[in-house]
Amino acid sequence: MIFHHTRYLTQNIAKVFIWVSAISTITVMILILLQILGEGLPTLRPHFFFDSPRSMGREGGIFSIIIGTIALTAVAIIFATPLGIGTAIYLIEYTRESRISRIIRFGTDCLAGVPSIIFGLFGFVFFVIYLNMGWSILSGGLTLAAMILPTIICTTEEAIKAIPNSYREVSYSLGGTKWQTVTRAILPNALPGIITGIILSIGRSIGETAAVILTAGSSLAMPTSLFSPTRTMSVHFYILAREGISMEMAYGTGAVLILLVLFINTVANWLLNRYIRHRT
Amino acid sequence: MNMEIKEKAIEKTLLLIAFSSISILGLIAFFIFEEGVPLIGKVGPLKFILGERWVPSQGSFGILPMIVGSFWVTIGALIIGIPLGLSCVIFLCEWTPPLVAMWLRPAIQLLAAIPSVIYGFWGLVVLVPLVRNFLGGPGLSILSGAIILGFMILPTIISISEDSLRAIPPSYKAGALALGATHWQTIWRVLIPAAKSGIVASIILGMGRAIGETMAMIMILGNAVKMPSSFLDSARTLTTNIGIEMGYASGDHRQALFATGVVLFFIIMILNSLAIILSRRRSR
Repeated sequence: MIFHHTRYLTQNIAKVFIWVSAISTITVMILILLQILGEGLPTLRPHFFFDSPRSMGREGGIFSIIIGTIALTAVAIIFATPLGIGTAIYLIEYTRESRISRIIRFGTDCLAGVPSIIFGLFGFVFFVIYLNMGWSILSGGLTLAAMILPTIICTTEEAIKAIPNSYREVSYSLGGTKWQTVTRAILPNALPGIITGIILSIGRSIGETAAVILTAGSSLAMPTSLFSPTRTMSVHFYILAREGISMEMAYGTGAVLILLVLFINTVANWLLNRYIRHRT
Repeated sequence: MNMEIKEKAIEKTLLLIAFSSISILGLIAFFIFEEGVPLIGKVGPLKFILGERWVPSQGSFGILPMIVGSFWVTIGALIIGIPLGLSCVIFLCEWTPPLVAMWLRPAIQLLAAIPSVIYGFWGLVVLVPLVRNFLGGPGLSILSGAIILGFMILPTIISISEDSLRAIPPSYKAGALALGATHWQTIWRVLIPAAKSGIVASIILGMGRAIGETMAMIMILGNAVKMPSSFLDSARTLTTNIGIEMGYASGDHRQALFATGVVLFFIIMILNSLAIILSRRRSR
């Protein structure tokens, strides 16, 4: 009786399908979180964070791996941020639609789609072999920098675009030059957006495996310089799980990864929300 | 005067920075081609792409099984990812029951943020045993890989389709409803066709992500080098071929892996360009 017209019947079938899809997406997400956190959280005691791994990672903790992950991510951010922000400033403030900006935009869009294993191959021949840096924090960090560059460019562009033109007009009317306008009026206001991009890039760097394993190696030793090989958390997790070294340690490392991702996402969201509220 | 010179210098520096950013793409292409193309020449391009035997120790390098593997896994991921993704987009843009939407959006963001090794691991410990017990076969299969990949590409499909759906002027919806169409008819006959190029672009980008995924697939697909004959067969993709063997390959073998990378690079560049052209058309 309710489904009197077939068009309402179709609508109801569609509605059911869409509900099922939305709920199953949420369910899968929750199942992944529960599985990894449920099995992994009990492993997370202080000594897990502050002991170095022993016997291939079967015992001990992940201290040297945490240090390696931080170092690698820091290198990536340090190299990618100035390049990314500079590119975004050029694209938005110095050229409006022109042939040059179209080429640059096409290039960054393409770079964003390149799979991580290709970055890994490139980092391996270019940094590890051609520039003779070996498997090292520097090689891995530079490879990651290339990978996260499109994210930083894109988020910075969005942040700069969101700034009302009146800011620029006021700056110019006060006699400011273009560069003064960029550094004093635009960048300070775009900062929350830019930082959100950097935080998301940190998340991507921490989660990356394929590109890192080919360029930074998988040494468990404590890194001593930028030229030391190292192993990041994702690589450690991968090796523990795939080679069946220790499920307990794998779950522990996985739980740390998940918690980091949750934390990074929350911070990025919080910043973005604050920023949007501030703007409007 | 001094100021003017400084301004010019800054502009040129920024241009230089912008160009060095995209020169990375050129560097990537150059170095991968330089390593890979000689081997393709040596084996012969047709024999390399259509060869069915991959036995590096005997010097036979044919990547057809991997191309077929990549193809099926990607198709499977799309079969799962497209309906799920579009449903989520419609849910977020059109239905939006506040309580569920409140959960759906962060869930999708998290799906985008979770490292691929975690997906691979979850697939290995949860999904693979399920497939093995209920459908038979080794469990490490194209089906398991496709399901996981389907969820991995959801955020790509959703975020870009959502942008294009939100860009439709509200008058389209108002007009359709005023003509007596149901909400669903409005969505299916008016809104989705209007957002078509953006949706197609999102699907192509999702495809690119699926073809490029490595770590999760190494853990789930089983990695056998043979022509897969069913969805329950183990398979190897272009990316996993590189990921598994790069650790110990040398000489011709390593070059053959770079050559696999060349093929992958071509496929990805074609997909990327298509997606970019489509989304440009949308913005005009």
